Amino acid sequence: MSASVSTEELLEIGDRIIGWAGDDEEVEIVVAHEHETEVRAYDGEVEYFASATSRGAGIRVIKLAGGERRQGFAYAGSLDENILAETLDDARDNAKFATSDEHLGLIAPDDVTYPSLDLFKDSLAEVSPEEKIELALRLERSVCEGDQRIIGVESADYADSISASAIVSTSGIRVAECDTSCHLAAFSIANADDDTQTGFGFSVGREPSELDVDIAAQDAIHRATRLLGAKKPHSQRMAVLLDPWVSAQLLGVVGGTLSGDAVIRGRSLFADRLGEQIATELITLIDDPTNPEAFTAGEADGEGLATRQNVLVESGYLKSFTHNSYTARRCATSSTASAVRGFSSTPGTACLALSLLPGSLSQEELCQKVGEGVLVQSLFGLHSGVNPVSGDFSCGAEGLVIRDGATAEPLKEFTIASTIQKLLLNIADVGNDLTWLPMRAAGMSLLIEDVTISGD
Amino acid sequence: MTKTDFGLHSQLLSRDTAERVLAAALQRGGDFAEIFAEDRRSCAATYDDSKIEELTSGRSRGAGIRVISGDATGFAHTADLSESGLLTAAITAADATRGTSSGTKVAALSPQNIANPSTPLILPETVEKARKVEMLARVDAAARSVDNHISQVACRYGDNRRTFVVANSRGIYGGDDQVKSSFSVTCVAVGDGGMQTGRESIGHTVGFEIFERYDVEELARQAARRAVTKLKARPAPSGTMPVVIGKGGGGVLFHEACGHGLEADHIAKNASVFTGRIGELVASPLVTLIDDGTMPDEWGCYAIDDEGNPARHNVLIQDGVLVDYMWDHLRAEQQGRDSSGNGRRQSYQHLPMVRMTNTYIANGDANPNDIIADTPEGVYVAQLGGGQVNPATGDFVFGMTEAYIIRNGELAEPLREGNLIGNGPEVLQNIDALGNDFAMGSPGTCGKDGQGVPVGDGTPTLRVTALTVGGTAN
Repeated sequence: MSASVSTEELLEIGDRIIGWAGDDEEVEIVVAHEHETEVRAYDGEVEYFASATSRGAGIRVIKLAGGERRQGFAYAGSLDENILAETLDDARDNAKFATSDEHLGLIAPDDVTYPSLDLFKDSLAEVSPEEKIELALRLERSVCEGDQRIIGVESADYADSISASAIVSTSGIRVAECDTSCHLAAFSIANADDDTQTGFGFSVGREPSELDVDIAAQDAIHRATRLLGAKKPHSQRMAVLLDPWVSAQLLGVVGGTLSGDAVIRGRSLFADRLGEQIATELITLIDDPTNPEAFTAGEADGEGLATRQNVLVESGYLKSFTHNSYTARRCATSSTASAVRGFSSTPGTACLALSLLPGSLSQEELCQKVGEGVLVQSLFGLHSGVNPVSGDFSCGAEGLVIRDGATAEPLKEFTIASTIQKLLLNIADVGNDLTWLPMRAAGMSLLIEDVTISGD
Repeated sequence: MTKTDFGLHSQLLSRDTAERVLAAALQRGGDFAEIFAEDRRSCAATYDDSKIEELTSGRSRGAGIRVISGDATGFAHTADLSESGLLTAAITAADATRGTSSGTKVAALSPQNIANPSTPLILPETVEKARKVEMLARVDAAARSVDNHISQVACRYGDNRRTFVVANSRGIYGGDDQVKSSFSVTCVAVGDGGMQTGRESIGHTVGFEIFERYDVEELARQAARRAVTKLKARPAPSGTMPVVIGKGGGGVLFHEACGHGLEADHIAKNASVFTGRIGELVASPLVTLIDDGTMPDEWGCYAIDDEGNPARHNVLIQDGVLVDYMWDHLRAEQQGRDSSGNGRRQSYQHLPMVRMTNTYIANGDANPNDIIADTPEGVYVAQLGGGQVNPATGDFVFGMTEAYIIRNGELAEPLREGNLIGNGPEVLQNIDALGNDFAMGSPGTCGKDGQGVPVGDGTPTLRVTALTVGGTAN
């Protein structure tokens, strides 16, 4: 099992499949190869060490016949040439059953140059299993020994991946990239006076030397212990201050409503609002996968176009949706290089690395500014309580009271609710504490007025 | 009932190969070794925006090998099912444990024949693709015929077949052949107050005959009616109040409120509010909670789990008293007991862990209409979305996708969507009425530690005296 594979090998596989394309079809192949390791420490020992290599390819075919265009897709968890030949045939066969659509078609490279982001660190392949194990063990030890109220660590993990992918198409796309990533993550359990609370902490990098065990451990300790003794609040409307981790999740939800996919299918609540004000003037929302600080940075999108910076909302005004080639044609515009996919799906559209233009105040200063409110440390149930079509937003939350301009006692078992539309218009300030997080967004403290807290 | 087809299975992993690979895995130490070889094929068709967007087919095949030495597990997987591919993975897994234990002999593998509780009548792979997509266009027309507020209809057909063989050093050599079929439809309605959605989904461990049992056009009309009803919905209330949960999908409540907290891996790490509470009254005496992997045709059923142990009917809570947790191989072995057949994994690329199957609350004896009539003020949740729980604290949420105000014992205005929040142990004690109208709910995918597996749940109508409704109205 080789740990890495050259992007040239993946491109050659792509070239071979594309070479089989007939005159009456456009063919695109995405080839992916990934090597991952994961270590979990528990109770001072290795609980498991997993090591795996996976590979696969997805083939998209657009059949052209008498002005008609039909798309078919098939994928396989293998790069074996015989299997890929069958997969191509499956995709061709699947195309027979799709409705013809004049907007279907593969995309050709445009005039944007591929950024050079240096997302691959050779050194990761040289890290020994022992070093990885030691990182996980140290993380667990640091959490356990960092505070006497920590009674356990449910998981303390080190994980890394070396991945490479290539996209080759009959429309002239031929691009490959590779990247490395690694992270540490701990879930802690704290207990005092018969009350149990949990917290997590993490550290992310492209090679282990960028990981910080102490920060991950301190966060895991702090987030759990500061909730000890939490009570359920009374139901009321008030200002909430979202922690960076929480605001990044909110940005993800907002980004979803701006996807070209949702727009063309009549499922975006902002579909008819291009050019209009949808958020306070404090909000400038940028999707920029060319920023190497973003953990989801990349040089090419899911159709192989060069990634680029897209301003979606500027000073509160809706400037752009995210588009891939198909949604762009439907909307008579150009792709924003926002195609996302794995090898097992056709490209959708989504934000790749979303962030707000930061403001000037720290979280502490925002607490002083608001005086009274709730600092929300984490949200849960985003998948069950947020409807991106209607805009209804209701999530479980935990956090701290803000009183007299400072954080005070902890709160648990409450929900915060509003609508996505209202949340954007009620943002009263954006913090200066922009942090890139292991998701497709950065977080920063975000002050939002008039949110309903539901508790007792 | 069908007998496991060993012809099919031995193609994936023959007994001789399995014995040699297991021996190699334990050559340098280790207490336990296992090979899980899997072949998966799937087909999906999506219809959206008034056209068949695409028909997708996929396949994957490979094996995961784990070696356990003391408390440490080593794991590796490979897409190469040749003996040399398996041997390489076995050595990688063995190396990863850094085993120091003296080593274990591989017991002779004895094929076991355990029947899958379901018997698919029409294998989806034998059904022409044209039939799968033809149905979807009818669904679109049916949904749009309900009301001219319906602006969009999306539906999805899916089938998959998962065949696996699992062999381990204790002599287990078994397999299963799991065929699943599903269908879902989501409608968008547009009115003066914006857009609303309505959804219906079905999924069973059966073949294409699922569409003889269900009328997909009627499901589409139901989804459309849900969306249209919600156009008139008012914001949900905020605060704590009595909540009546309708039959079927209410099972999500128990999946979150206590299901995850009864998984032995959380128990072993003292990361569940139910740790150390066997024999105690943990719920209202009305509550009998069962996890049952043997329920024929249900979304979470199977012959054997992904560690080779037979699926079982496990009573977890009997009349409010906690009887047992759910167990996989690793956690059962640590306690010197048998697995409860709950060791599952998403695919050969994943380690197994303790997972639910079909989790449900047994019938009570109240008339469901009486439960509502007996609730002066509160909320009635007719359809639930997903949920999430923190097993260590017991706090959980679940979404309401169709709900109504209860006023003077009658259903009143529809409510907009939102989450409800509660604490598992408290909510279980606060169930004060249980109906006699048990039904299974919609198929679900349960996520845990990054792995998704198909699960079912079910419940009769029930009432919780106090749950916090996460709306925006006072």
